[in-house]
Amino acid sequence: MNQLDSQYDRNGAGALAFHVLFLVFILAPLVVVCLVAFTPDNFLSIPTKHFSLRWFESLMSDEDFQSALRTSLWLGVMSATVSTALAVPTAMGLARYRFPGRDAINSFLLSPLMIPPVVLGIAFLRLFTLLDMGGSFESLVACHALLIFPYALRLIMAALVGQADEGERAARSLGAGRWTTFRRVTLPAIVPGVAGGWVLAFINSFDELTATIFVTSPETITLPVRIYMNMSETVDPSVAAISTLLIGVTLAVMLILDRIYGLNKVLVGNH
Amino acid sequence: MNAATSTPPGVPSVETAKPATSVSPEVAAQRRSAWTLVAPATLYFLVLLAVPLVLTFVLSLHGFDPNSGGILPTVSLQHYVDILTDSYFYEIFLRTLLLSVGVTLLCVLIGVPEAYFLFRMRDPWRSLCLVLVLGPLLISVVVRTLGWSILLGREGLINAVLTKLGLIDHPLQMLFTMGAVTVALVHVLVPLLVLSVWTSLTRLDPAVAHAARSLGAGRATVMWRVVLPQITPGILSGSLIVFALTASAFATPALIGGRRLKVVATTAYDEFLGTLNWPLGAAIAIVLLVVNVLIISGYNRALEKRFTRRLG
Repeated sequence: MNQLDSQYDRNGAGALAFHVLFLVFILAPLVVVCLVAFTPDNFLSIPTKHFSLRWFESLMSDEDFQSALRTSLWLGVMSATVSTALAVPTAMGLARYRFPGRDAINSFLLSPLMIPPVVLGIAFLRLFTLLDMGGSFESLVACHALLIFPYALRLIMAALVGQADEGERAARSLGAGRWTTFRRVTLPAIVPGVAGGWVLAFINSFDELTATIFVTSPETITLPVRIYMNMSETVDPSVAAISTLLIGVTLAVMLILDRIYGLNKVLVGNH
Repeated sequence: MNAATSTPPGVPSVETAKPATSVSPEVAAQRRSAWTLVAPATLYFLVLLAVPLVLTFVLSLHGFDPNSGGILPTVSLQHYVDILTDSYFYEIFLRTLLLSVGVTLLCVLIGVPEAYFLFRMRDPWRSLCLVLVLGPLLISVVVRTLGWSILLGREGLINAVLTKLGLIDHPLQMLFTMGAVTVALVHVLVPLLVLSVWTSLTRLDPAVAHAARSLGAGRATVMWRVVLPQITPGILSGSLIVFALTASAFATPALIGGRRLKVVATTAYDEFLGTLNWPLGAAIAIVLLVVNVLIISGYNRALEKRFTRRLG
């Protein structure tokens, strides 16, 4: 990183020991979940002699699990798309112009990060009960699109701010209309930011539990809600099998994000 | 869009230098197009966020009939009086507060050194470890909580190991204790603190530390007098995030703490979906929201004052 590297800049043995303990603390619960998923027993136990795929097989025939997975995937896709579609013009407005009310609107649109999800869930439930459309898939999409909007907005804003508007000005001065400028100049330049925003929004929708519990109905139970319900009732290793699949998928997404953007950029830009 | 296209081409879209005393036609046109761009999301938020929150507040003022389970048309502050005076709620709020303080302190104690050690690593270890530490943020909280309930259960791994080693005769009761909830929440939230400190470390100017070093300052002195003051904003904002998220945490306290160790979020949930006392549940939610916002904005204001004073 710099040429002045010295003994002083390295971690000592104590620091490394601390670091190893920290990693064990962070990873142990996840590793344990993955191990338990391969148990041949009927209860949550670490397999010692035999490994079995029976709990993964049982997922294949588990209609509750499959419908929850389908709901979560669709919900993630739809809400991330709605959210991104709303976030692109908003980010343009906030990043390219200074206008009265800008700061207020900006913090209003980021406020879902500050409001406890329980409160959001209760508020959504109240609204949809009055409108008599509680529990529908559309209402879930509407809620999730709001919840994940800040994530999409932040990444797209960062892409716009990092990209100077000279290209836009040049296109405009050469006679291109607003829409053409956006389509031919601005959008291609911020595509990575938009895609990253979409993925981050999708992940957050896919993982959302607390607010979703309030607005879900038996027909629209999402995967986290299904796991939560399983855990609070009867715990059998199929929960661990589902969780292992989720960990695996998340790892894959992380690797892809890391290849494209560098994971620390995505995560550091997040907060 | 007519107003937008009437702006002559070539007019720079960012024009901040003009004094705001008189609004020229170009500025007015730009404001119009800016508002047009932010309008859809703002309207969406008004309908799906502002209106529901107001509805929830109105709901919290209504009475509740425990016999019929109906919401009464009466309007009073009774639920708020109950929450503030009843020892049952008092205990729940106090428990949530203590939990938030404890989790935040532990996260700072282990997260700050970890971020610092990570920062001093060299690639490729540095990138790898960063992904290992921050990656769990992308994994569902329910999954991470399941891990802790497997580890801490009566037949769990920790009990099994302790029994094998002959350290204990009977399995320890670790699940459904505040200690377990605290540990699980620290696990869920400490990556956010590491992230926050990491961000301020990357802004740190290594030349200052080297200068201090070459002028004869010891390791500890450099840490205390040079590095720590520069990363303090990161520590403070990270601890604020951790505090706020612990105060409103739901899944981990519900699954690890169980029915007896209620916190504010699980109580609001139970009132809504268990007892079906919606007005009371709404009042608890409003109190949680107000306290949360007050703490966050108060903390931010105090920080700004401190740091502008120091820098200015």
